Amino acid sequence: MTFLKDYINVLSAASISFLLLSSTFGCIVYFNLLEGRLRSKGGSIFIGLGVAYVIAGLFIRPLLYLAVAYFLVMFGLAHLGGRLWDKKVGKWLLFVGIVGFFVSFLDPNFYLIAAKPDNVPIGAMIFLLGIFTWIALRKAYLNDKQIQAGGIPWEKTETNEKLFVWPDLVYTEMLCMILLTVVMSVWSVALRAPLEEAANPTSSPNPAKAPWYFLGLQEMLVYFDPRLAGVVLPGLIIVGLMAIPYIDTNPKGNGYYSFRERKWEIGIFLYGFLVLWSFLIITGTFLRGPNWNFFGPYEYWDPNKLVPLVNVDLSELVWVNWLGMPLPKLWPIREMFGILLVIGYLSLPPLLAARPFRRFYLKMGPARYYVGSFLFLVMMALPIKMVLRWLFNLKYIVHIGELFFNV
Amino acid sequence: MASVKALQENIVNSQIWKSVFRVGIPNTNRKRVLAVLGSLILHLHPVKVRRSGVRMSYTWCMGGTTFFFFLIETVTGLLLMFYYRPTIEYAFTDIMDLREQAPFGIMREMHRWGAHAMVIAVWLHMFRVFMTGSYKPPREFNWNVGVILLVLTLLLSFTGYLLPWDQLAIWAITVGSSMARATPGAGNEGPMSGLIKLGDIRLIHAGDDARFGLIGGRSIGAATLLRFYVLHCVAIPLVAGFLMAIHFWRVRKDGGISGPL
Ligand code: HEM
Repeated sequence: MTFLKDYINVLSAASISFLLLSSTFGCIVYFNLLEGRLRSKGGSIFIGLGVAYVIAGLFIRPLLYLAVAYFLVMFGLAHLGGRLWDKKVGKWLLFVGIVGFFVSFLDPNFYLIAAKPDNVPIGAMIFLLGIFTWIALRKAYLNDKQIQAGGIPWEKTETNEKLFVWPDLVYTEMLCMILLTVVMSVWSVALRAPLEEAANPTSSPNPAKAPWYFLGLQEMLVYFDPRLAGVVLPGLIIVGLMAIPYIDTNPKGNGYYSFRERKWEIGIFLYGFLVLWSFLIITGTFLRGPNWNFFGPYEYWDPNKLVPLVNVDLSELVWVNWLGMPLPKLWPIREMFGILLVIGYLSLPPLLAARPFRRFYLKMGPARYYVGSFLFLVMMALPIKMVLRWLFNLKYIVHIGELFFNV
Repeated sequence: MASVKALQENIVNSQIWKSVFRVGIPNTNRKRVLAVLGSLILHLHPVKVRRSGVRMSYTWCMGGTTFFFFLIETVTGLLLMFYYRPTIEYAFTDIMDLREQAPFGIMREMHRWGAHAMVIAVWLHMFRVFMTGSYKPPREFNWNVGVILLVLTLLLSFTGYLLPWDQLAIWAITVGSSMARATPGAGNEGPMSGLIKLGDIRLIHAGDDARFGLIGGRSIGAATLLRFYVLHCVAIPLVAGFLMAIHFWRVRKDGGISGPL
């Protein structure tokens, strides 16, 4: 048991859990919602990734754990294949999750954090997200199978059938309301709303956390300058959400669950919603302790935990560590590598439009293509910086203190 | 059984009942149509809906759930307003009294858990709408109304977080609002803000920047409390309620709950 807990503590280290989550997510999407096609072209990518983890693990110890966990997950998923969407398998997964959660409650450190009244709904959210993702993907899987066999999605069998709002819809709503009232009442009687000491502007708690739904944003502050993480990126999240209907012109998959017909859209959205937004909130809530240090789920939140501050900027890494020179005085020279990298990153869309993504470019037209790919690149900048930070302690790629500009 | 039926008939045929509900028991199709059309609340619905749109397995009833949580918040919030004074002297002690003195007091609990639940429900609703592709034409605009509602939901929750005026509250808001300092062109530490000058005088500083406007001062204090109280209890709920009306109306006008064509 202690061994298992240690294992989970190490595995949940920010970098590792994130890599595990991302690559598992990649598998699921790439295998077209898992039909067990592990030997296809994409399969080799994920096998390659696993081997890379093993090799990296020889140098960075915890990555070895990751390799083991990764292969276990891969093996499990491949073995399940399309059966992952069977009701029976779904129930088992849920059961295992719930049992695991409650067994964890026996651990005093876990209990201390997870049983805080304010954190209870976030624990519930983890399960709700899992359940609803599974439901949506299961429905998509079933519909896709129908469509592939020349049939129609099940929603279509009912489109022409109209029901009276009274009684059918009104009763459903009524039932929902009664059920929710019961849930809310029980919840309110069982858990008291927290109230700490009276406000005291002179003594700040450690850690000082934003309200839980903003903890993803607070976590972003670790990787980005506040000017980006605090204002620009949240703004772009809203803009990006609003732009979705205008960028995605795929007419298919409107009004029914499907995956095959909208692989890219669903893949990108789910990555942003589950792996970035939700995962960062969960990390910020359960795994970030005093001084915003990272703690495993069974680790004690020790306020004196020492984490060496060894983050370096790219400029320092290149000039000092690799070229063995002092940092140049002038910032355009000092930061030239970083600036080139960023320019290179942002010019991917025009470069890719010429050849590999020509299909998308023509289908979407220039405006949609460029706006869409810009938003996508901004979104992907987050995981890229997360991995760079965790694995290589890289702080900023471009750091121009003179102009208050950091990336 | 027969007597229950008779009693029901009696009630439904009484003048009082008839004055309130025009159509009586909606037991024929004609009456069902009239029941929905004749009621302000029910007529947010169309008269008939697609079968797939009624199924819980399709919509997860998440939009409705979100709205229901909004209603819970309105009712419990109103009750809390009876007890709560938004000043530094009273805010904390009022909440304390509410906790210690009010018999069977679960209104604060309901209000807080309801707020958490509403945030989660609105995310799940958005998730469902995305997964069914319901943002595609003709529903693009309603998706956008939805995004604004999402932001308003978060702001409602954020402004409410400060009101208990305990350590949790002020420090969460301190962390959450410190970001506004870095707003480009409008926060005193934001990029480009330094360029906005009149002669040699910087126009954007800690005493007038975006953060100052948000919290009504250089640090969280009495002005912030009042400001957040007004936003939380009046301004945002009004705007959100208005947008919800548009949102629901649009669901109807865009052809009801989405379905394959
Ligand atoms: C306070 C927040 C919100 C409330 C009370 C609300 C309520 C509702 C309700 C009751 C429906 C009817 C269908 C259903 O229950 O699923 C609906 C549909 C819809 N909502 Fe929302 N909603 C909210 C936020 C959002 C958000 C955040 C989005 C998207 C970003 C959104 C986009 C839509 C769209 C596109 C539809 C039409 C769906 C269809 O026809 O299948 N709404 N909303």
